[in-house]
Amino acid sequence: MTTSTVEPTEQPRRLVAAANGDRDLTSLVFLVLLWGCLAFGIFSLAVLLFNTAMEGAGRLDAQLFTNYTSQLRPESAGARAAIFGSLLVMLTTAALSIPLGVAAASYLEEFASRENKFAQLVELNVQNLAAVPAIIYGMLAAGFAVLIGLPRNTVLAGAIALALLILPVIIVSTREALRAVPREIRQGSLALGASPMQTLLRQTLPAAIPGIATGTILALSRAVGEAAPLLLLGGLVFVRFDPNGLLSGFTTMPIQIFDWAGRPQVAFQELAAAASIVLLGLLLAMNALAIIIRNKFSSQR
Amino acid sequence: MSSSAPSAAPPRQGGPRPSPPVVSLRSSRPRYGEKILYAGLVLAAGVSILTTVGIVLSLIFPAIRFFQEVSIGEFLTGTSWTPRFADKSYGVLPLITGTMWTTAIALAVSVPMGLGAAIYLSEYAAPRVRKTLKPVLELLAGVPSVVYGLFAVTFVGPVILQGVFGINVGTFSVLAAGLVLGVMIIPTVASLAEDAMSAVPRSLREASYGLGANRMRTVLRVVFPAAISGIAASIVLALSRAVGETMIVAMAAGGQARMVGSATEEGQTMTGFIAATAMGESVQGTLAYNTLFAVGLTLFVITLLINLISIKLVNKFREVY
Repeated sequence: MTTSTVEPTEQPRRLVAAANGDRDLTSLVFLVLLWGCLAFGIFSLAVLLFNTAMEGAGRLDAQLFTNYTSQLRPESAGARAAIFGSLLVMLTTAALSIPLGVAAASYLEEFASRENKFAQLVELNVQNLAAVPAIIYGMLAAGFAVLIGLPRNTVLAGAIALALLILPVIIVSTREALRAVPREIRQGSLALGASPMQTLLRQTLPAAIPGIATGTILALSRAVGEAAPLLLLGGLVFVRFDPNGLLSGFTTMPIQIFDWAGRPQVAFQELAAAASIVLLGLLLAMNALAIIIRNKFSSQR
Repeated sequence: MSSSAPSAAPPRQGGPRPSPPVVSLRSSRPRYGEKILYAGLVLAAGVSILTTVGIVLSLIFPAIRFFQEVSIGEFLTGTSWTPRFADKSYGVLPLITGTMWTTAIALAVSVPMGLGAAIYLSEYAAPRVRKTLKPVLELLAGVPSVVYGLFAVTFVGPVILQGVFGINVGTFSVLAAGLVLGVMIIPTVASLAEDAMSAVPRSLREASYGLGANRMRTVLRVVFPAAISGIAASIVLALSRAVGETMIVAMAAGGQARMVGSATEEGQTMTGFIAATAMGESVQGTLAYNTLFAVGLTLFVITLLINLISIKLVNKFREVY
């Protein structure tokens, strides 16, 4: 009995045959240049993080977390209102954007046919909205708030602006997560008599949750770091109280950093750097969480 | 066994069961709950269309009120932008030149650096190296823009440009803002360009190696041209990001709107003007408030045109392979 000589199709081997051709000077210079390009990016990141850490380390104390901002005393001013504001805005943004984004992505990926004109229009809009400048979303939220008679500088208006800003990101990453769910799961569910909607709710979406969570956390971390749309809401710069509801005034970490960085005193610049460390720490934690979820998920497959 | 009449088949024992009289693939009872859910999904998808409509409407009405007081000709061709001076003039060209300077400098950094990194990651790096370095590079896009702005003002301007290179720049300059902006959008170029190059079929590379070309030649003559529409899309997307980025230019480029003549001068961009004016708590309905939206509309139209080009290019490169 002979075994089959056809090897199973595994991962294709990397092409190494031509590596020996990279010996002449031009090729080596080219390779070094490519290395330099990548190194430039990573080196810039390192310098940025190091510089921020060095400048802000002196003010990374308890007062930063417990005190409100101050016009006159930068040495004891803190970002308390901004930290609470960022957290509240992030939760509200998540509550608004995740259901909308997941629902829209489910429709586009599981129900709409490729020829459907409405779905094509939605896709074109999502692609375009993903690249609309963030500050434009602030103008939308400001205009919307004025239209329905709401004060502009509220948590709700800010969260609407940020939710619409990250909606395209959530839609795109949810669609990718849904696409990665094997077809057999859907077919098995449909063959057992489940309706398409039951299949989506009980099989496809639960199977896609890790992918959706990863994309959503990354999108939220973008919202937390964004300041431009919130500037348009006005009156966010000097806030000395904790936000206490959706219609309360607020400020966020990036806005607070922007305000401090623009003041002439060096002590405020130091304070801005210290607040940047806190913000970067929050974002790094969110990114790490997203990567952990992704790795755990991909090792299960 | 004769074929029985379709109606009233009594249950019987033994023998093959007859098929049910009426075969329907639809569910036996209507699922109203599912219809409502489905409508909800469609509505959620429609939100993106509503957002675009909302953006256009919220920009266009204040902008129309603005253009009732300032002629479109003066707005588009005037070379002086002084809405906050006693002698007001509303020519948007200084803001556009400011944006062009920061954008050009940013692209001069991000396009070569991003493409170089993309080529290395896609064609040269071992899988494990790529798996480690790519997320690190993408962290650059995750750093908040206010942190970049602070970096530009406190470090790149005074320490790098003045200290290391001895360039005579002030506290604010389009050079410092543009350089930092360029670093921020390196991952934008690199990610999309790498995707495009990774999508080039292996057979093309094999054919090139088979003909005796080395890796550099294969990259430059085969992979790069084959991926050109995706690479172009990555550059266009970076252009759109650079035009629309606000915080870095608001913090580092300066607050004076003027026709910028050299990279070491300060200048105000469209987004920088919007940010600076919005900070000043302008009252709705005033000309100052409407001015914001006129500039915002200009910015939106410019980025919309760029985005449509980019979407066309992306869809084209998705079709090829």
